[in-house]
Amino acid sequence: MERGEGPPRLKMDLRELYQEVILDHNKRPRNFRVPDPNNRHAEGYNPLCGDKITIFLYVEGNVIKDLGFQGTGCAISKASASLMTDALKGKTIEQANALFDQFHHLVTGPATQAESDELGKLAVLGGVREYPMRVKCASLAWHTLKAAMQAEHDVVSTE
Amino acid sequence: MTPATSTHPITAFDVHRVRRDFPILGQTIHGKPLVYLDNAATTQKPQAVIDAMVRSYAEDNANIHRGVHLLSERATQAYELAREKVQHFLNAAQSREIIFVRGTTEAINLVAATYGRAHVGKDDEVLITEMEHHSNIVPWQLLCEEKEAILKVLPITDEGELRIDLLDRMLTDRTKIVAVNHVSNSLGTINPIKTIVEIAHRRGIPVVVDGAQAVAHIPVDVQALDADFYAMSGHKLFGPTGIGVLYGKAALLAAMPPYQSGGDMISAVTFKKTTFNVLPNKFEAGTPNIAGAVGLGAAIDYLGSLDSGAVHAYEDELLAYGTRALSSVPGIRIVGTAAQKTSVLSFVMENVHPHDIGTILDQEGVAIRTGHHCTQPLMERMGVPATARASLALYNTKDEIDALVRALDKVREIFD
Repeated sequence: MERGEGPPRLKMDLRELYQEVILDHNKRPRNFRVPDPNNRHAEGYNPLCGDKITIFLYVEGNVIKDLGFQGTGCAISKASASLMTDALKGKTIEQANALFDQFHHLVTGPATQAESDELGKLAVLGGVREYPMRVKCASLAWHTLKAAMQAEHDVVSTE
Repeated sequence: MTPATSTHPITAFDVHRVRRDFPILGQTIHGKPLVYLDNAATTQKPQAVIDAMVRSYAEDNANIHRGVHLLSERATQAYELAREKVQHFLNAAQSREIIFVRGTTEAINLVAATYGRAHVGKDDEVLITEMEHHSNIVPWQLLCEEKEAILKVLPITDEGELRIDLLDRMLTDRTKIVAVNHVSNSLGTINPIKTIVEIAHRRGIPVVVDGAQAVAHIPVDVQALDADFYAMSGHKLFGPTGIGVLYGKAALLAAMPPYQSGGDMISAVTFKKTTFNVLPNKFEAGTPNIAGAVGLGAAIDYLGSLDSGAVHAYEDELLAYGTRALSSVPGIRIVGTAAQKTSVLSFVMENVHPHDIGTILDQEGVAIRTGHHCTQPLMERMGVPATARASLALYNTKDEIDALVRALDKVREIFD
């Protein structure tokens, strides 16, 4: 018997964490830009590892017309931000909030098949569930998104 | 007789014999033999330390400096004996110059809160360096904010060496404290403390040395260094967590106001006035970490049972081997290439974030640290957001370095 393994956990191949989609979004992140115009943004920071991300939104009425991100981070956090921004373009704030909840469920608890289906491509990040230390990497972009959606300043920034 | 209780010096360094003294090292992680290369974060504990702490609780447990009963006497003796062991380990002149604290962080906070508050005033200066751990930055930053003083930072070179040439001209009549690490936790640089102390003392400025990363790897003699304060942690010296040491020159400690107040640090209390206890008790308010101190004493004894010259030679050889091995991996750049280095191999890999390296290495049984290592200003100076850090101890082997390199090949495989 092995010592010090803690509670048994499903041994997962690293390839399930680092799926092709994740590696691709890490290498060529989508929406890695400051959208022009934009009217809301928030900075997210993971003090544990120093990962930094800024999410920029252009919200018109109730719709996220455009969004992008900047920052540095690991493959998981970069791919997560990239996939998130892809998934949210054109969505309403309510739809984005619903996806936030579903994504949170995906990376922290076992998600149902229906939830996974609804998440589409985002479901590839479900692998982090097996790596508790990496859940924050996957969720940093989403928490930052939430902060950006709640940001009050609606002044258009063209920087 | 087991090696853990051996009192005979091991003359030629036998790493495999030493490994048997550390029970944790025999396990597997994700089905692979554990390769523990996170020693700068904390070191593993030999059986002798674990046994000493168990004995302390199982046989000698009582509060110290209080009871007239035999158990209290035994506990007090064990605690004070540990202080003497630390005294000899650091070559302090007197045992009352050894203050037990929780760790390096508390030791530095103690100096900042007492000596610092008493001596640093408006427009005065405290000098630190660019390669400090947050625990040797933030206490001084807070002190300077409180006192409207100025925090100055001695720069480093691209290799990760202090710009000693700038030190003298950065000190002024207003500089009240110099605080510097002996060994950098992120880079492994060994800093020339003796030179720094000489330069600072010419202007009458005391020097606080953060020795957290030094004590397990290089000989420390506080009198030879002429350091005014020297801080260290037990857990980075094969001892337990929650116990550390502040060494201070007796004259300085005696003149300082107390840090925390309460029991054991007083000699007489009335509701009008309190007279403080003598050193070292003045700085040890409340019931201390008795078993922790005993464990630290056992760790010092354990190191004393090894041939220190052979240990240091072995560690140097291991670092050189690791440096060569990592340099041969395509896409890897070592961060921190000072001429005088010990035990730390910080590196970055092209197109792969340190976190991803850390996760993949863990699956191969290789434990390293990734991130900013509590040295964010240093990371910024070196132009990296984070590094992967393999840090060595006397029980690591060349085979383990080979395992690290093989695991890094796996990282490449996944990310290419």
